[in-house]
Amino acid sequence: MTDTRFARMKDLPSTHWLGAGTPMCAGCGGLQALHQIYDILGNKTVFVNAAGCMTLLSIYPFTPFRGSWLYTAMGSAPAGAQGIRDALDILLEQKHIPPEEDLTTVVLSGDGSAYGMGVSATSGAIDRGLDFLYICYDNEGYGNTGQQFSAGAKTSTSKGPRGYPGYKKDLFALWAANKPAYVATVIGAEPLDLARKIEKATQLKGSRLIIALSPCPTGWDFDPKESTEIGRLAVKTGVWPLKEYQDGRVSHTKIPKERLPVEDYLKVQGRFAHLFEPVRNEAMLAEIQQRIDDYWADVV
Amino acid sequence: MNRKLLTGNAAAAWGARLAGIDYVPAFPITPQTEIIETLSGWFERGELQGRMTVPESEHSMITAAGAAAATGVRVFTATSSQGLLHAMEMIYTVTGWRAPFVLVNVSRGLSSPITLEPDHNDVLAARDSGFIQIHCANCQEVLDTMLIAYRLAEHQSIRLPIIVNLDGFYLSFTREPVEIPDQSEAREFVGEFDPGQIKFRASMPESQAVAVLGGSPYSYFRYETHLAMLEALNVYPEIADEFNARFGRFHGLLECFECDDADYLFVMMGCFATKAKDAVLRLREAGIKIGLLRPRLIRPFPSAAIAAAVSEKKALAVIDQNLSIGKGGILHAEIASVLYGIGQAPPILASFIGGLGGRDISQEEFFEIAQTLINASKTGETPPPRLLYTAREFKELKNLRAIAQVERQQLKENQP
Repeated sequence: MTDTRFARMKDLPSTHWLGAGTPMCAGCGGLQALHQIYDILGNKTVFVNAAGCMTLLSIYPFTPFRGSWLYTAMGSAPAGAQGIRDALDILLEQKHIPPEEDLTTVVLSGDGSAYGMGVSATSGAIDRGLDFLYICYDNEGYGNTGQQFSAGAKTSTSKGPRGYPGYKKDLFALWAANKPAYVATVIGAEPLDLARKIEKATQLKGSRLIIALSPCPTGWDFDPKESTEIGRLAVKTGVWPLKEYQDGRVSHTKIPKERLPVEDYLKVQGRFAHLFEPVRNEAMLAEIQQRIDDYWADVV
Repeated sequence: MNRKLLTGNAAAAWGARLAGIDYVPAFPITPQTEIIETLSGWFERGELQGRMTVPESEHSMITAAGAAAATGVRVFTATSSQGLLHAMEMIYTVTGWRAPFVLVNVSRGLSSPITLEPDHNDVLAARDSGFIQIHCANCQEVLDTMLIAYRLAEHQSIRLPIIVNLDGFYLSFTREPVEIPDQSEAREFVGEFDPGQIKFRASMPESQAVAVLGGSPYSYFRYETHLAMLEALNVYPEIADEFNARFGRFHGLLECFECDDADYLFVMMGCFATKAKDAVLRLREAGIKIGLLRPRLIRPFPSAAIAAAVSEKKALAVIDQNLSIGKGGILHAEIASVLYGIGQAPPILASFIGGLGGRDISQEEFFEIAQTLINASKTGETPPPRLLYTAREFKELKNLRAIAQVERQQLKENQP
């Protein structure tokens, strides 16, 4: 990546915009990513939120955000962004507000909304070329209600020996297929990669998506202090490819030189215990490893 | 001032135009589509300044409408029937944002069975949402109500969105002569939109519609919205008087037609009430002292005004163009709640359901209803609720079924 103000770790912002004392769980990987994202976006933003864990960030009369916030519903946050963006544009055109009063319109939702209920509103927004940034904190389940199935792995509503029988929906590809301005995957455990992508996203106009894989101690069943390590493992095992889409091309921003076996990522999370106990499910482990190998075989 | 033949839909579009709207998120649905087509033409030809956007659903449409209003522009949108229901989560949600805008609902019966023709179950599903509801009975009233609605919605002590309702087909597609007020005079009446504290600006960060924990803050906000809406009952008459003074047309909380000396009243909302007016005139020719009471505001419900209007009458017939399945007529229940405990309440309050899915209510049926009231008033016994449906309609339905059976039989026989 060129022309970034984030060449090394010490270039990352030292002032932090998001307030402390939120009701998120200890070790929340989503909050970790949001902290880093907000440090770069700053307070000239309006966050349009869809129902999810982070709806609980702003509880009357408190908020950790220095900028603005509008809670909408689970299915229509991008439409809320549309209304605000259009209204600000009208006010700017009619010179009712000066340019310095303008705001960046940011949607903040979990994967339940981004991968599921909100897809209709999202596809509409991309279709209309809405100028907005969509941030999805992806904890692979309905984390706020006890980790029921959304598009993730083993969850509280899919406890069979195989867990959730399908594979994760490819939201990245779903967006990229519609040629928006920018799509990127990030993770809080890789702050430099994250910062560069947010920086790039803010310099572009149009529909932009950031998907942050969000290790979830509560839902994934691991010790909160392991959150960053599990995030690193997601990248090192190749489970969570760090990549971006721009101008019709997908490029990987961090290709693991020697990928660790996926088992290293799976065995440290209670949600995958069924793969190891009471007996190792060799067939399943091999199948999962194969899928990851197949993915990377196409990349490198 | 200029007089034109306009459909109810065109009258709604003219009302929005004259009110100086900035933004229209809109989604097509029969029988409302003509409204947004008309507005879209005006935007394209530069006759309207601002912006129109077509989201992928009514759910998104109402979200965008509320969000834009909460950012400080004047918003208009329109829908009907299934569209209103698809948006229902957001209909309830945006009222708590206290961001005023106007939504026209062109009433149409709800699925299933799916139909295009009107009744009021769609708009009444939004009854408890926090939207103010004003129901119109003719095209002039539609246009005028639009201007009044923006004044009311944006009033600093109210700040709630408003549904202006007109009946599909009978009003949406019927042309009537409509006086179109002068643009500058209409703008002067409506005034500039002052978003007050509710707006998103870089220099004034604001958190809107945040979560609450526990019933106490929740109750606080719900009560506040309720009290603001009740305040509309005080504010509305002032605005209606001002409208009358400026434009020479009065649209009250209620329409009372031949009520003053009446012994009996039809109680109806929407444009089928004009059929009742016709019946009133004919019944009066026959010497029956009957009138029509038509509430225009359904939320807030003008309880005191209704109580005063029906006081000392002998009998009321509430004719509901809606059906709360398992209960009956919704307006009937609302009227009953107003009458309980007031000293001069009419002893007879009868319930009739009619006009569902655009089914006509004939003059003969109005006469029959009037006769029922007269009889009930003599015996002192309230008749059981009646669902208007004739033996002839039932016979026609059976005939159609028989034809379909024959056709099916023929299809079977002709199979290769």
